Amino acid sequence: MNWDLETVLPVVWFGIIGVGVLMYVLLDGFVLGIGILAAFAEDESQLDVSMNTAAPIWDGNETWLVLGGVGLFTAFPLAYAILLPALYLPVLVMLLALIFRGVAFEFRFKARRSRRLWGAAFAIGSILTAFSQGVILGALVEGMPLQEGRYVGGVFDWFSPFSMMTGIAVVFGYALLGSTWLILKTEGRLQEVARALTRPLVAVVVAFMALVSTWLPFLESGVMARWFEGSNFLWLSPIPLLAVVNALALWRAVMNRAEVAPFVLAMTFFALGFVGLVIGMWPNLIPPDLDIWQASSAHSSQVFSLVGVIILLPIIIGYTAWSYSVFRGKVTAESGYH
Amino acid sequence: MDPLLLSRIQFAFVVSFHILFPATTIGLASWLAFVEWRWLRTGKTVWRELYFFWTKIFAVTFGMGVVSGIVMTFQFGTNWAGLSSAAGSILGPLLSYEVLTAFFLEASFLGVMLFGWNRVRPSLHFLATCMVAAGTLISAFWIIAANSWLQTPAGFEVVEGAFHPASWREVIFNPSFPIRLTHMVMAAFLATCFIIGGTGAWYLRRNRHVEEGRRMLRLAVVFAAIVAPTQIFIGDLHGLGVLEHQPSKLAAIEGHWDHGEEGAGVPLVLFAIPDAENERNIASVEVPRLASLILTRSLDGTVPALADFAPEDRPPVWPVFWAFRVMVGLGFAMLLLAAWSLVQWKRKRLYTSPALLRAWAWMWPSGLIAVVAGWITAEIGRQPWVVFGQLRTADALSDISGAAVATSLTAFVVIYFVVFGTGGWFIANMIRRGPAVVEPPQHDTETKSASRPMSAADDEPLEGTR
Ligand code: HDD
Ligand code: HEM
Ligand code: HEM
Repeated sequence: MNWDLETVLPVVWFGIIGVGVLMYVLLDGFVLGIGILAAFAEDESQLDVSMNTAAPIWDGNETWLVLGGVGLFTAFPLAYAILLPALYLPVLVMLLALIFRGVAFEFRFKARRSRRLWGAAFAIGSILTAFSQGVILGALVEGMPLQEGRYVGGVFDWFSPFSMMTGIAVVFGYALLGSTWLILKTEGRLQEVARALTRPLVAVVVAFMALVSTWLPFLESGVMARWFEGSNFLWLSPIPLLAVVNALALWRAVMNRAEVAPFVLAMTFFALGFVGLVIGMWPNLIPPDLDIWQASSAHSSQVFSLVGVIILLPIIIGYTAWSYSVFRGKVTAESGYH
Repeated sequence: MDPLLLSRIQFAFVVSFHILFPATTIGLASWLAFVEWRWLRTGKTVWRELYFFWTKIFAVTFGMGVVSGIVMTFQFGTNWAGLSSAAGSILGPLLSYEVLTAFFLEASFLGVMLFGWNRVRPSLHFLATCMVAAGTLISAFWIIAANSWLQTPAGFEVVEGAFHPASWREVIFNPSFPIRLTHMVMAAFLATCFIIGGTGAWYLRRNRHVEEGRRMLRLAVVFAAIVAPTQIFIGDLHGLGVLEHQPSKLAAIEGHWDHGEEGAGVPLVLFAIPDAENERNIASVEVPRLASLILTRSLDGTVPALADFAPEDRPPVWPVFWAFRVMVGLGFAMLLLAAWSLVQWKRKRLYTSPALLRAWAWMWPSGLIAVVAGWITAEIGRQPWVVFGQLRTADALSDISGAAVATSLTAFVVIYFVVFGTGGWFIANMIRRGPAVVEPPQHDTETKSASRPMSAADDEPLEGTR
């Protein structure tokens, strides 16, 4: 490979978007998880507390989704212009579900008679957001038919057994992030409820991870082919091994009633799965035919925005960490959250 | 079903809703920073009460702004893929900078602003409020840069059918950007000014929250008296810019179909029903030569007329014509109200004149209406182009079916009215209840809303008389 700017920049941007999406999945994942599990709250005040663990930070977490989307628009406009119309309906469902989830944070605490209604909007909005994101992921991994850079599939091409499965998998995955977050941030009854939910969730999520991993190599899009080329599997094997170790450690942490470890290990488990998938996709943005170099924007656009990312991302991470630290500690109904 | 028409309606619909929230949050954030500063300086509880009262309204508005804004970002890809792939190299970076410099800033400090009152020092809390306010203004900077580039594209070259940046300075500071940004930020401030002043006047009329009401009204009067005339002046400059860069839009704004007799100048059409089919105005009321005077600063100057453009290059005339008149009409109404208020203030009747207070209450939504009218003027006037003179709206559309767009449009209309209607209703209730019932966020132990200072006391009865 010839390492000039035109070759390297798209690689860097692929990395930036990957980090953005991973941050989104981890951070909004646990907030959506709280919503997915809302139905298990024993009463309204438990839901109050669990929503309050996320109230000061959900907006910042969701902003990573905007960064991922806008990053794609900036660096790979062609991919943006192909993916979004091809996924028109799942994207629509995601946007509408995000509306309900987002406003529920404000509305539910302002409402009197419609309080339960906005609790339900929070739950259903979170579930549908997670499901549609899983469907989008599944459809992307399965690949899209392109001819001369245009999408030639239909409105419902995203609908398949595989994408339905990834949709459900993501719902459970986010639920696991949410339940471990609640173990970390709450105490008493609510923490017990979260613990009780976490055990089966770990099992289900590990099973889904295994299922996806075995199904992927059989997809026509050739995703994962890279894993089995030549000696690749050998030097990539630490990733599945780490995932197995991680799953065991997660299980132990949950059984030992640890408070911090389950959340951290659930996050790393997600990250490992994500990395595995990204390696399989590489260097395609839309498998099997559109790679990152074909989809690139003008390279002065990539440079201009890269400067902003390099300067601003550390600052953003800095003040985000500060705002988390302002709200550190347990959230309870009594002590309040001022 | 024509996916083009439906997509245009959908874009106009979701963006018109979205702009209501930013216009309000841009103004309210700066207002809250001002109020908190007064509280820190004077220690008078009335400022703290005002802070908590408007913060609750701000929080609801902001939440609605966020969720409706995310729709906008993805809309570029879902419905306007032609625009995204052609202009992605220009628009993408501008939006990226918006996310990096504004959205994260607003979102992170918002949490501290809303929930951190007892968790950080007062000075840090004030800093958080200021950061949120700065974030809204920075956001306006980038998004207006993107929109202005669509209106008056500059600093680009066309490479294989796509717009590539040639000079970022020219792309960002494109010809219409400085004045559009000024006009928009002032519009947001004015919109908020009338919301605050209208609320204050409404309390005074009902003899409730008198202390807060007076303060709100007084500040709004001072602000409007300065900014309303400035906005009219800026608007006039804006119009000259449109004449220079988008003459077809200007002709539609003026309802100016053809050149009359030599030397007769251009009349200002005050009222008319534009009739596109026959290329004329019906029932028009005109002031001779006035448009020449405003636009060319001479009595017989001429400006391009619609007849100078092929019919397929003209924007739809009547929405542009009427939206412009609504905006300008409201601008002058604001000016008149500010002047009248100053007169009554001098006579010491500012807080007591029933007619004046009623007028302020009626003008509550005037800024928001003017903002939407202004955008309709600017955006429909840009048609049939998305990138003015370069890319037609019809070529910007995605390959999508009419049925898919019809589905999404229906869903947006229904859900926006339900969700944002509910939000508006909550805000109306908060205003009706007023600041007096807002408890400062003490460590109250009531389980239900203990952790939500901004929601404390929401469950009190409506009658919040002091
Ligand atoms: C003049 C100002 C202005 C204008 C014309 C627009 N916006 Fe906006 N937008 C804002 C000013 C703003 C804001 C003040 O920054 C908001 C409002 C409430 C908020 O949370 O931030 C916002 C929120 C907001 C968000 C949510 C940010 C978050 O997650 O915190 C997105 C993604 C967008 N906008 C995107 C857009 C797009 C794609 C637009 C054009 C088509 C647009 N906005 C027009
Ligand atoms: C926020 C306030 C805004 C309002 C109220 C607004 C309003 C509108 C309206 C009414 C249309 C439809 C015109 C027609 O179909 O005849 C439109 C089109 C459009 N606007 Fe705006 N606009 C706003 C801001 C923006 C911004 C900030 C951008 C870009 C960054 C933008 C980009 C577009 C595009 C791409 C279209 C194409 C679709 C079309 O022409 O129909 N708009 N807008
Ligand atoms: C009375 C004096 C006013 C004049 C002469 C005036 C003039 C203009 C003109 C010519 C445009 C079109 C720019 C374009 O199409 O590119 C415009 C747009 C706009 N106006 Fe006004 N305006 C006035 C008052 C107001 C007021 C009082 C508000 C709101 C409070 C307002 C808000 C807007 C907005 C939001 C836009 C769209 C964004 C933009 O293009 O700047 N205007 N105005």
